[in-house]
Amino acid sequence: MDTEKVGGVRIVRLQGRLGEVSAPQFEERMKEFIAQGENRFVVHMEELEYISSAGLRSILSTAKDLKELKGSLYLSGLTGAVKEVFDISHFSDIFKIYGSVSEALEAIGDNE
Amino acid sequence: MNDTVAPERLKIPAAIDRLDTVLDFVRTCAGRAGFSPRRITDLALAVEEAVGNICRYAYPGRSGKIDIVCGNDSGGAFSIEIADGGVPFDLLSVGKPVFEASLSRRKSGGLGIYLIRHMVDEVRYRREGQRNVITLVMCDRAERKGRSPDSHSEPGGKHPCDAHNPSGAGL
Repeated sequence: MDTEKVGGVRIVRLQGRLGEVSAPQFEERMKEFIAQGENRFVVHMEELEYISSAGLRSILSTAKDLKELKGSLYLSGLTGAVKEVFDISHFSDIFKIYGSVSEALEAIGDNE
Repeated sequence: MNDTVAPERLKIPAAIDRLDTVLDFVRTCAGRAGFSPRRITDLALAVEEAVGNICRYAYPGRSGKIDIVCGNDSGGAFSIEIADGGVPFDLLSVGKPVFEASLSRRKSGGLGIYLIRHMVDEVRYRREGQRNVITLVMCDRAERKGRSPDSHSEPGGKHPCDAHNPSGAGL
């Protein structure tokens, strides 16, 4: 995963699979950012091949942590199997999802 | 047309750090059988969920093996059999997850098995001696036909691939 900070927002780009092996690593990394005081995130999934239930759990857990801190987790670039998994698990209903990182950043800006 | 594949087998320790070996094996086998990249992704996700469950729950407090056979079911359809010698567990007994619309109330239990049922055309379970055996059946090689995870056929019903080959042509 690659990350960069744009303005006050941490952008996290995921690659490959978010599953049994990588989901705990992702969640740990997000906890580190949050512990450093970061609370606005865009997680970009365009280069993700698939997300498993372990991946969904890591996203849900991170979002719940951020909600308590009045932070925000926006998602972008969901395609193919990733989008399908979000749709059938109804995770699409509970997250803010955008086509691109720039659209997500714009939406975060509008909400401030 | 006969798409049957020569069975191949992989037997490895039930450990998450061996997942890549399992996925490489399954992807290669499905690729050789002519499945599209997207269908191979569907299958890899289903296998990851099944293997993840076995690694977490099948062998509490001890080590064990996973035995995977890539080949054809009795009806000639492409199938992956995943067996373990752990505690009896029928994954088909797990109910559909509850999809709470609110983030704070949302739970993630049961999602893995729900995803398995969605991604492949049929999921079967049998207890065979001291082993749990899961069979994942895949029909369409190009793309999955629209189907919900709730629509799995009952035991003794038509073969799941019949609906995908209405002319009765070979699978």
